[in-house]
Amino acid sequence: MASILAVDDSASMRQMVSFTLKGAGYDVIEAVDGIDALTKAKSNKFDLVVTDVNMPNKDGIALIKDLRGLPTYKFTPMLMLTTESSMDKKQQGKAAGATGWIVKPFNPDQLLKTVKKVLD
Amino acid sequence: MSIDLAQFHQVFFEESFEGLDVMESGLLNMDVGSADAEEINTIFRAAHSIKGGSGTFGFMEVSDFTHVMETLLDEMRDGSRQVSQKGVDVLLKSVDCLREMLIAIQNEQEIDKERVLTYKHELDEELIGEVGTEVVQHADPVIPADNKQDQNPGWHIVFSPHRHMLKLGNEPLRMFRELDELGELVVLADDQGLPGLDELDPEECHLSWDLKIKGEIAEDEIQEIFDWVEDDCDMAIQSLADRETSRAAVDEVETQSNVGISAPPEVGDGTSEVAEKEIPANKVVEKKSKTTATKGSSSSIRVDTSKIDTLINMVGELVITQSMLSLMGEQFELEKLDQLKMGLAQLEQHTRELQESVMNIRMLPISFVFSRFPRLVHDLSSKLGKQIELKLSGEQTEVDKSVVELISDPLVHLIRNSIDHGIEMPQQRVESGKPENGTIHLKAFHRGGSIFIEVSDDGKGLDAEKIKAIALERGLITENEKLSDLQAYELIMAPGFSTAESVTDVSGRGVGMDVVRKNIQALGGNIEIRSELGKGSTISISLPLTLAILDGQTISVGDETYIVPLVSIIESLNVVPEKINCVLGKGETFQLRGEYLPVIRMHQIFAIEKPITTELTEGILVVVEAQGVRCGLFVDDLLGQQQVVVKSLEEHYRAIEGISGATILGNGSVALILDIPGLLRLSVGAEMDSAAVA
Amino acid sequence: MSDSINNTINSEPTSVIDSGFTPVEQNLEFGSQSKLTQYLTFSLNHDEYGVEILKVQEIRSWEPVSRIPNVPHYEKGVINLRGAIVPIIDLRERFGLESLEHTAVTAVIVLQTEHNGKLRSLGIVVDSVSNVVDVETAAIQDSPDFGARVNTNFIYGLAASNERMIMLLDVDKLMIMEGTVDPV
Repeated sequence: MASILAVDDSASMRQMVSFTLKGAGYDVIEAVDGIDALTKAKSNKFDLVVTDVNMPNKDGIALIKDLRGLPTYKFTPMLMLTTESSMDKKQQGKAAGATGWIVKPFNPDQLLKTVKKVLD
Repeated sequence: MSIDLAQFHQVFFEESFEGLDVMESGLLNMDVGSADAEEINTIFRAAHSIKGGSGTFGFMEVSDFTHVMETLLDEMRDGSRQVSQKGVDVLLKSVDCLREMLIAIQNEQEIDKERVLTYKHELDEELIGEVGTEVVQHADPVIPADNKQDQNPGWHIVFSPHRHMLKLGNEPLRMFRELDELGELVVLADDQGLPGLDELDPEECHLSWDLKIKGEIAEDEIQEIFDWVEDDCDMAIQSLADRETSRAAVDEVETQSNVGISAPPEVGDGTSEVAEKEIPANKVVEKKSKTTATKGSSSSIRVDTSKIDTLINMVGELVITQSMLSLMGEQFELEKLDQLKMGLAQLEQHTRELQESVMNIRMLPISFVFSRFPRLVHDLSSKLGKQIELKLSGEQTEVDKSVVELISDPLVHLIRNSIDHGIEMPQQRVESGKPENGTIHLKAFHRGGSIFIEVSDDGKGLDAEKIKAIALERGLITENEKLSDLQAYELIMAPGFSTAESVTDVSGRGVGMDVVRKNIQALGGNIEIRSELGKGSTISISLPLTLAILDGQTISVGDETYIVPLVSIIESLNVVPEKINCVLGKGETFQLRGEYLPVIRMHQIFAIEKPITTELTEGILVVVEAQGVRCGLFVDDLLGQQQVVVKSLEEHYRAIEGISGATILGNGSVALILDIPGLLRLSVGAEMDSAAVA
Repeated sequence: MSDSINNTINSEPTSVIDSGFTPVEQNLEFGSQSKLTQYLTFSLNHDEYGVEILKVQEIRSWEPVSRIPNVPHYEKGVINLRGAIVPIIDLRERFGLESLEHTAVTAVIVLQTEHNGKLRSLGIVVDSVSNVVDVETAAIQDSPDFGARVNTNFIYGLAASNERMIMLLDVDKLMIMEGTVDPV
């Protein structure tokens, strides 16, 4: 089954995302910020990265940029969790190499739908 | 499938309260003149997280409110708005409001909507006031725009990804699969763009596609599928019904025709609402009662995983030792006695280490307690018109969780005292040659087997004479009593004492220093006051590192065993008859290096039958100290020293004067742990009784 | 060599009666809706007493206690019950009767009640333990005034079983330590 890296400094969001995706049968590993995520990404191969943007230590955009620099993650889908009002974030994300985004607030079903689209 | 989000609520509340604390301390520490961008960013992020989470979990009022705060903070962090004291104050009050909202929701109570609206209005004013931007309500979650195109029999799409599109993780096939779900899809690949093999970069996309999809599909449904790659491809969509018109899809960043997905931010009804509502400016009184968020009292604890790892290792070692001993036990021969002893010694060590590790898990940095004080000092000093700076040190000092929970209230009281009675008004301070700003220093550190917490201020200090006069007035001391300054200071902790001329609502709630002392002693700790008139005071609290374990000296009186806390013991000695004095009405005293210590005959005050001896010279005198007072305990014998697990006698049975708890010894019997101050009281009481009889 | 922690290395409690009885509260309908409650009966100074079986934690044979100073004379001290500290009272002395040397059948009944969400235990020393009887609630009579014979504060009723009169003890009242306020 596909494995997903879920990155968010908010524990409740992480848990929600993790629970939702695990429930659908995916393997999910959580990371609390960009640095944690990068470390985990290097020692595991994920099929999808879902990351929040605003995080301490390394934000989502910097994370995506760094991940794209890793050979194993050149083509891996990476989704940003972003709020509606931050259009420029989306552009920054794209420039860093993001595949797409999911708009917050989202409900579990929306999350699942999007993930399924990307992974299947 | 529907997932119940309620299971994540508790975590959301906990992290939100933490976030609010981060915001509060960040705002308090903010240097208005030269605010650090990273500092503001930290505060912004906290607000952003709360907004995100509350939106996700359906707490829309919280989300809306936080959004305004976030907007304000965003402008501050990107420099488009100057950080002003007023802005910081408004934000601080909003943090309070937000905290209350969350508490209300957590406790399933009504949110005080009026209050929320008032603060929102203030935030809006801040926003509008300076930069002149309109209040932007956060956009409603994604609403597909209502520009419903006329239903079409289908579309013709020419899709040419830019070379790099694959490197964004976007897979054309994925998009085609989605299209396929909308209707009947026919795909034609166009390989005209393919370069020769030697020029071909396998990581780039050189293909384009010609797609025809039949079905009643709205254009924005198509757009949605290609939403993510808008800027990374060339796309031409033509209605199958209408071949003449061809439209280029949005290619560039700037030209956002936004035919579909993002709904434009709506300027909310908020503004009109605000205008209509009559905001009674001072209606919202600063609510003194800070409803304590349940976060502190949650019976869960955050533990560093390294502590858990250490624990796991130790248990592993313990298991190994245990199986080794078990094996030995199965085929034991007397020759193996030494090995057995070694094994047991190992067992003891492992168990001790394990014990330390486990207790370590319950340790929390005292910052958990200290964190509320900057705000307290800030608010209280403003209220009283004083200028006070709070310095914290040793916040990382770790203490047992139970200590954290119980030390908070006494410390609040002490700090309030310092602010209220200690630090003088700025004018007064300047007149006495002190800096205008008063300082309160809150310190925590480990020393010996205890943790010390000190509250020092550079205020006006304690007036020993004044204290003695009041104590005399209240009958707490007699005329002839000679008291050192230190002893005089102790008087302020006597019940019934209060130097405050008028009991201010700040600290004089009838709580008093005597309650503080009682609370500290209940924790097995001690409180000491040092002061210098005109210069300041220091209150020093010492607490055992953990409440549950005690290093004790076992003593015997008759056939009964008692435990004396090792920290109280100064020394033990054999009694020399010359050094004993008998004072009528005051009992026996023992002379030790010029000081006269009262002798407490254990067999007497505990009515122990058959002590081994009642002759002082045949027993042992254990010199102990508590609350600044020393005395000698007369016992039969000293047994070993050991660490004991403290069990509450009061909880299971009743409180006993002179006994602070009980423990179970290695042989299974119960030994009582002595409470020195209590023994002293018993002894004094006994003396007074016998003097009365005489 | 000093011990480090105090482990409670205790042997299994010696029970006078094998815990063969399982407390069961039966609700038998007897036309007039009477309830049947089970009581553990014991002997004290040739009289029979009973305590609700549901409040009996266990029964132990007599063992020496660790004395506690400066408490009422009938509070004998405490014992270590598998790591928990349980106070022991001599019921004879509590009732103002003459105390006796313990015998082979002297037993300690460990009672347990819950108050304000907290569990409290108390061991009472009795002459001997008898058996478990069923008592119909409706059949419980008010206790008459015995005069100075026994402290009737603790007795809330009388019941008859097998031609014996059993004095039913109010366990909650027993739990209250003299000189203290509410049981904590």
